[in-house]
Amino acid sequence: MKHTVLKNCLKAFVVGLVLLLLYLPILLLAVYSFDKTNMIGRFEGFSFTHYAALFQNSKVLGMIGNTFLLAFVAAILSTVLGTMGALGMFYSKKRVKMLINGVSQIPVINAEIVTALSLAVTFVAIGLGKSYFTLLIGHMVMCTPFVVLSVMPKLKQMDNSLYEAALDLGASPFKALMQVVLPQIIPGVISGFMLAVTLSLDDYIVTMYTRPAGFETISTYVYNATTKGNAHTAVTLASLWALTTIIFVVIVLFVLISNLAGRKKEADR
Amino acid sequence: MKLPRFSRKTLCIPYAVFLVFFVIIPMCVILFYAFTDRDMHFSFSNFLQFFSDPTKLSTIVYSIVISLITTVICLVIAYPVALILARSKLKKKFVILMLFVLPMWINFVLRVNALRELFNLLSQADALAWLENANIFKTIVGMVYDFLPFMILPLYTTMLKIDDSLYEASADLGGNAFTTFFRITLPLSMPGIMSGVTMVFLPSMTNYVVSDMLGNAKVTIIGKFISDYFGNDWHMGSMIALVLLIIVFASTLLSGGLKSDENVRGTNL
Repeated sequence: MKHTVLKNCLKAFVVGLVLLLLYLPILLLAVYSFDKTNMIGRFEGFSFTHYAALFQNSKVLGMIGNTFLLAFVAAILSTVLGTMGALGMFYSKKRVKMLINGVSQIPVINAEIVTALSLAVTFVAIGLGKSYFTLLIGHMVMCTPFVVLSVMPKLKQMDNSLYEAALDLGASPFKALMQVVLPQIIPGVISGFMLAVTLSLDDYIVTMYTRPAGFETISTYVYNATTKGNAHTAVTLASLWALTTIIFVVIVLFVLISNLAGRKKEADR
Repeated sequence: MKLPRFSRKTLCIPYAVFLVFFVIIPMCVILFYAFTDRDMHFSFSNFLQFFSDPTKLSTIVYSIVISLITTVICLVIAYPVALILARSKLKKKFVILMLFVLPMWINFVLRVNALRELFNLLSQADALAWLENANIFKTIVGMVYDFLPFMILPLYTTMLKIDDSLYEASADLGGNAFTTFFRITLPLSMPGIMSGVTMVFLPSMTNYVVSDMLGNAKVTIIGKFISDYFGNDWHMGSMIALVLLIIVFASTLLSGGLKSDENVRGTNL
């Protein structure tokens, strides 16, 4: 009996230690984001200076807006394109399906830098240069295959006889697709969309190679500020701690709320 | 004129066209640049130059070694954690798993920046002053920190599928903890190990954000190498990208391909 208790303690210790290490850097930033100064290591006094700086700096606000707008637009377009693609592939002949699916896997497996570089070279070679259009295409290339990957399993689980029943009852194929097939695969579509948003939000490399001049996202801004840092950026870097803290809190809240909502749904059943 | 009848198969046309233009053609462009010289004449010079230049080859080997070390450390940390969680009888183990996935939703570059600030703080202590110039060490820690969830998730999902009765059978037949581990847990979790290893090994070979931000830009991995060449010599850059492409696809084939049913980012949780 004593042996089991010891074993459980050891297990909890291992899991706890790894979690602690995962969260340590974020917690450090969270604590010092409330410090008066922008020095990590000495806590000089509690203040909201960095949060105020974050919301007053138009450049920082602009890049946050850019990041979310890009992620949202790219995710919407990827979800539409990917869902249509998955549906079309599902009903196509096996060979067509295999072919499209194979090509669709390339951006998933490929190194991001190779995808980014191949797109950049192509855009420049055909004279498109770099614009909002190329940036959007870059993000769609990265995200759409993941939407296809999340929708496909739902199509396979779907009950196919319902679609035929709808046709027998006089629905047009389009109507049957929208009202019978789509509701059955919607969980896959939503998780594909979420995946697309997170991929786009996180991206640095594809953005770097396809963005128009002067366009900054959180990733490119932070990367440039830290690798090519100068005295001026120290202040904005401290406001980035505040940004990290805000994002972290939002995510924690989001997870908590969706967990609670899920539990309520289960209880309702 | 009568419109062609709506068919479900036609839905995949936009995606197929998209893939041709933004995946297949860019790959062909890379291939074209890799085998031409600056005057756009066909030539093997990039190929020969690449395989006869010791510095280029050693960068590739160096990068592969760093990725291997990162992958092994990730596996050593993730395996016990995934096993403890998968075998745990706790009702709330889902919440604990969530805690491991949660940091992935904070912007990648912001997370690396948080780790960078932690290293800066630690290296102020006299005993840890060596951290200041331990670029390779910091890069590897950074990669482990960032890619650990990619290892934990596939391991956890495969371990969850192992039937409890197998453990009971092993105990009934007199197997001790070691026998059970080597005859049941390890072989049955092999698919998870394979996909986890692919998920960590490939990005740590190519994602140069971590090595640039934590290694003082002194650690050059393949991804960085390509991007450096891309600045002045597209032809050589394309050649290295092509080599990387072959490495990536070879290692994916070796590990049995990507399983589409494993949602590595955990949005389906």
